[in-house]
Amino acid sequence: MAENQKQNYLTHPKGIMSWLLTLDHKRIGLMYLFGGIAFFFLGGVLALGMRLELAAPGNDFVSNDTYNNMYTLHGAIMIFLFIIPAIPGALGNILLPLMLGAKDVAFPRLNLASFYIYTVGALFVMYTIISGGVDTGWTFYTPYSTTSTSNVIPMTMGIFVIGFSSILTGLNFIATIHKMRIPGLTWYKLPLFVWALYGTSLVQITATPVIAITMVLLILERLLGIGIFDPALGGDPVLYQHFFWFYSHPAVYIMILPAFGIISEIIPVHSRKKVWGYKFIAFSTLSIAFIGFLVWGHHMFTSGQSVFSQIVFSFITYFVGIPTGVKIFSWMLTMYKGQVSFTPPMLYALSFLFLFTIGGLTGIFLGAVALDIHLHDTYFVVAHFHYVMQGGTIIAFLGGLHHWWPKSMGTMYNQTVANICCLGVFLGFNGTFFPQFLLGLRGMPRRYATYDQQYAELHNYSSFWSGILGLSIFISIMNLLWSLRKNNKLDPGTNPWGGMTLEWTHTTSPPHPHNFEEEPVLEHGPYDYDKVIVEPTFKK
Amino acid sequence: MSHDNSSPKFLQHHFHDVEQQYETAKLGMWAFILTEVLTFGGLFVAYVVYRSWYPEMFVGANLLLDVNKGLLNTIVLITSSLTMVLAVWAIQKKNQKLSLFMLIATFLFAFMFLGIKYLEYSHKFEVGQLPGEYYSYMGPEIAHLNNPHIFFSIYFIMTGLHGLHVAIGMGLIAWLIYATAKGNLNSEYYTPMEMIGIFWHLVDLIWIYLFPLFYLI
Amino acid sequence: MDRLTEYLFPKQVSTFAADIDNLFYFIFYSSIVLFAIVVLGMMYLAIKYRFKKGDEVRLTSSKDHSNILEALFFIVPLILVSITFVWGIKSYLQMIIVPDDAIEIKVTGQSWFWTFDYPDGGTTLNELVVPSNTPIKIVLSSKDVLHSFFIPVMRTKMDCLPNRYNVMWFDAQEEGVYDILCTEYCGTGHSQMGAKVIVMKPAQYEAYVAELGSDDENIPLDELGAKLYTKKACNTCHTLDGSALVGPSYLQTSQMWGQERVFDDGSSTVIDDNYIRSSILEPQTQIVAGYQGVMPTYQGLLNDRELDALIAFLKSLQEDSQI
Repeated sequence: MAENQKQNYLTHPKGIMSWLLTLDHKRIGLMYLFGGIAFFFLGGVLALGMRLELAAPGNDFVSNDTYNNMYTLHGAIMIFLFIIPAIPGALGNILLPLMLGAKDVAFPRLNLASFYIYTVGALFVMYTIISGGVDTGWTFYTPYSTTSTSNVIPMTMGIFVIGFSSILTGLNFIATIHKMRIPGLTWYKLPLFVWALYGTSLVQITATPVIAITMVLLILERLLGIGIFDPALGGDPVLYQHFFWFYSHPAVYIMILPAFGIISEIIPVHSRKKVWGYKFIAFSTLSIAFIGFLVWGHHMFTSGQSVFSQIVFSFITYFVGIPTGVKIFSWMLTMYKGQVSFTPPMLYALSFLFLFTIGGLTGIFLGAVALDIHLHDTYFVVAHFHYVMQGGTIIAFLGGLHHWWPKSMGTMYNQTVANICCLGVFLGFNGTFFPQFLLGLRGMPRRYATYDQQYAELHNYSSFWSGILGLSIFISIMNLLWSLRKNNKLDPGTNPWGGMTLEWTHTTSPPHPHNFEEEPVLEHGPYDYDKVIVEPTFKK
Repeated sequence: MSHDNSSPKFLQHHFHDVEQQYETAKLGMWAFILTEVLTFGGLFVAYVVYRSWYPEMFVGANLLLDVNKGLLNTIVLITSSLTMVLAVWAIQKKNQKLSLFMLIATFLFAFMFLGIKYLEYSHKFEVGQLPGEYYSYMGPEIAHLNNPHIFFSIYFIMTGLHGLHVAIGMGLIAWLIYATAKGNLNSEYYTPMEMIGIFWHLVDLIWIYLFPLFYLI
Repeated sequence: MDRLTEYLFPKQVSTFAADIDNLFYFIFYSSIVLFAIVVLGMMYLAIKYRFKKGDEVRLTSSKDHSNILEALFFIVPLILVSITFVWGIKSYLQMIIVPDDAIEIKVTGQSWFWTFDYPDGGTTLNELVVPSNTPIKIVLSSKDVLHSFFIPVMRTKMDCLPNRYNVMWFDAQEEGVYDILCTEYCGTGHSQMGAKVIVMKPAQYEAYVAELGSDDENIPLDELGAKLYTKKACNTCHTLDGSALVGPSYLQTSQMWGQERVFDDGSSTVIDDNYIRSSILEPQTQIVAGYQGVMPTYQGLLNDRELDALIAFLKSLQEDSQI
C-alpha cells in the first residue's frame, strides 16, 4: 500500500516516450494544457502589441499591414488554438473520467489522435506566421479572403485540421459520459461540469463539420475559383457568412459552456453549500446548446438580409439570454447560508459573475436590431465579446486551473500571490475593455490600425490597463509553475477545498495512473454539503 | 477461448465487460455518423441555394451527366451494401469463410464504383466540364445558360468527397479482410466489422441522395 | 441626460437618432438594475456567509430552490427583453422604410475610397453632400471586397456588397460636416477609408450639385491638382511628405523625376508625364518594387484636364521642397 501510494500518473511510467505515446487521459490533458497555455501566451503578446499600436492615433509602432496580421493571428490563435481546446481538451480530459469513476475515456487511442491532430493544425498556423502571416481577420470573409495575397490557405487548412481534433474530442466525451459512469452515478448525480462538457460535445460534433466544409470550399475557391463565394464568378459572399456563422455562433457556446461548468463546480465547493437549482443549470446548458444553433443571423444584421430574417434572429437571440440569466442567479444564490471561503478559485468565480454579467447584458443591446445597426462592427462589439470570452471563459479557466491544480499536479501554489493576481486581472480587464464600450458608442470601428484624435484618450487608457492585465495573467501562471519546484509535494490524501466529487474523495493527488486503486463506490451526490461533512485537508 | 467476460484479450483495460465496450463503440460510431451527415449537409445546402438561384442552369447542366453510368453506380453501391450486411450476418453465424467472401465482394464492388466514376470524370476532363475557372465546355446545349461552372463545382466537390469516402471505406474493408482471414475477428468479437458496416451504409445512403439530385432532376 | 448623451454618443443628426438613443437608455437603465441585483446580492451573500477563522466546518442548509424566486428570475427578464425586442424592431422598421420623396444617391465603396453619384449627373469622391431636412436614400454597392458604410451621427450603417445593392436612408436635421467610416474590414487601407458627409441648406445643395464638375475650369493646373489630390482620395494611399503608405509618396516620385523607377518584375522606366498618366489610368500594368498592386483604375473618374492637373501638382512638389 505504501508503495502504491507513491505511484501517480505524473511519475509512472517514466521516459519521454511514455508521455508522447501515452493513452492516459490525464497526461493527454496536461499536454493540451501546456500547448494551450503556450498559445495563450503568443496570442497575449500579439494583443499587447496591438494595444501598443493603438495607444496613440497614428501608425506609431507598426504599419497597417502588420497590424492587420497581428489582429488576425490574435483572434485565430486565441479562439482555435487556446479557448476551444483549452477547457474541454485540458481540464475536461483530466477530470471527466475521474468525475465518472472511470479508468479512462471511452476511446483512449482516439484521444491521443485528437491531440496530435491538434498539433498538426497548430503547425499549419505556425507555418502561416513564419511565412508572412495572414491579414483577413479570423472570420475570413469573402471576397477579401479569396483575393488577399497573404497566406490564407495554410491558415484555413490549420483550422480545418483543428476542427477534426475538436470533433473527435466531442465524440469521445459523449461516448464516455453515456457509457463509462460507475453504477449508481445516474444523470442527476453527475457533477455539473460533466453536464457542461456534454452540452459542449454535442455542439462540437454537430457544428464543427460545417466549418470544416466551409474552409474546404474557401480553399477550393482560392485554388480552383469554384465560384461558390466569389461574386465575380456568380457566387455569393453572403452565403459564406451564413456558413461561417452557422458554426461560429455555436462555437461561442463551445467556448462558454465549459466555463459555466467550472463555475458550477467552484462555487458550491468553496461555499460548502448545495448548488442552487441543479436541474435548471443542467437543462439550461442543453437548451442553450440547442438554441445557439438558431441565432447565427444576428452576426449579419447589416448585411442586407431580409427584414423577416432580422426579426426572427433578433427574437431567438433573446431566448438564449434568459436561461443564461437564470444561471447567474443560481450561482449567486448557491452562497446563501453556505460557508464562503475567499480562496483564489472562488475569487475567480466571483470575478466571473461580475464580468460575465456585463458581457451578457451588453449582448441585449446588440440583440436589438435598431441599436445593433449603430453598434455593429464597432468597439462595442469588441468589448462585448471580450467580456464574454475573456471575462467569462478565460477567467473561469484560470479559476478552474487554480481549483484543480493541487489535484492534477499534487502541489499548492502561493495563495496570497494568486489572490493578488486575480485582483490584478479583474482591474486590468475592466480598465482595458470598459473604455471600449464607450469607444463603440461613439462610433469607433473595429479592426482599425489608426484612428481619429477624438478617440485617443479612451484608447490610451485601454492600452495602459492592458499592460496590467497581461502582467497579472503572466504572474499568476508563473505562480502556478513555481509550485512545481522540488520538495513542494502535498500529501497524496490532500483535499484542500473539501471537494465532494469523486476526483477529490476517491483518489490521490495527483491521481493513480489508473485513476482509482479500486473502483469507487458512490456514497453521496456531488454537492451534498447538507448531508456529509468533508473536512478540507491540506498537508505537505 | 473461454467465455469468461473479465479477460478476453480483445477487452480493453478500461472497460468492465464486453457489452460495455460494444455499446460504447456503437454510440461513438453513431455520433460520428451524425458528424458525417452534417458535413454533407453543408454541401446539400450549397446545392439547394444555387439551384434556387440558377434553376434553369441546373436543369440544363445535369443533362450533360451520364445517367446510365450513374444508375449503374447506384446499383453497384446498393449491392455492395447488401454484401456488407451479409458479411456481418455470416460472421455472427460463425461462418468465417462466407464472411470473408462477402467482404471481398464488397471490396470489389467498391472498386467497380470508383472505376465507373473514373470513366465519368475522365470524360468530363476531356471536354472541359470542370469546376470553376477551369471550366471550358461551350457545347450548344449549354450555351444559353448562366454560370454552368457552378454546377460542375458543386458536382465535383460532392461526388469527389463521396468518392474519397468510398476510397477510405475500401481501405477499412481491406483491413477487415485481413483481420477476418487471420481470425482476429470472429463470432465473439466482430465489433469493427459492424462499425465499418454502418459507415459503409452511410456512404451508400449519401450516394442515394446524390444520384437523383445531380443526374435526374 | 443630455450631458450623458453628449458624452456617450456622437451628435443626434438623423430623424431616428433620438429614438435609438432612447432605446439604448431603456436597456442601459434596466441593465444597471439587473447588474446591481447580481453584484450587490453576490457581495452581500459572500460576506454575510463567509467562513471566518475559527469557524467549524459544519453541515450547511439544504435549501436549493425557491419557486417564487425562480419564476421572478424568469419573468422579469422576459418582460424586459420583450420590450427591448419590440422597440428594437419598431425602430428598425423606421430605419428601413424609405420615404417616397427621398433623393437617391448612389454610393460605391472601393478599396479604399467612396464614390458618390448624384441624381442629376455629378460625382464626388470621399465627400457626400446632402441637403438638410430632406430624406436621402442611399443605394450601396462595392466594386471589389466588402465595405460597410457607417455614419455615426445618423446612427445607421449598411454593408456594401459586390454583387447586389443594399439600401439605407436618413434625414439630416442639422447642417455640418460629419464623419463617414468603413466598418467592414477591407484590407490595408481599411482604417483610412474615411469620408465626410456635408449637410447643407437645401438651396446651397442645389447650387453645389449644379456646379459639380464645372468649377474647375478657371484655376491653374497645379492648384486644381492639389484640390483633386484630396477630392479624388489620392491621399488615402500617397503622402506628400516622403513617407510610404499603401503606395509611394508623391514627393518621392516628384524628386525622382527624370530618373529610372524599378518595378516588381525587374523592368524599369523613366518617370515622366506619360508614366504618371498611365500609372493613374492603368495602375496594374507597372507596380513599383516593394509595393502591392492594389490601386484601382481611375479611368472614367478623371478627365484630361484633371489628369494634367494632377501631373502638374506632382511636379510642383519637388520645386516646393527645394525652396
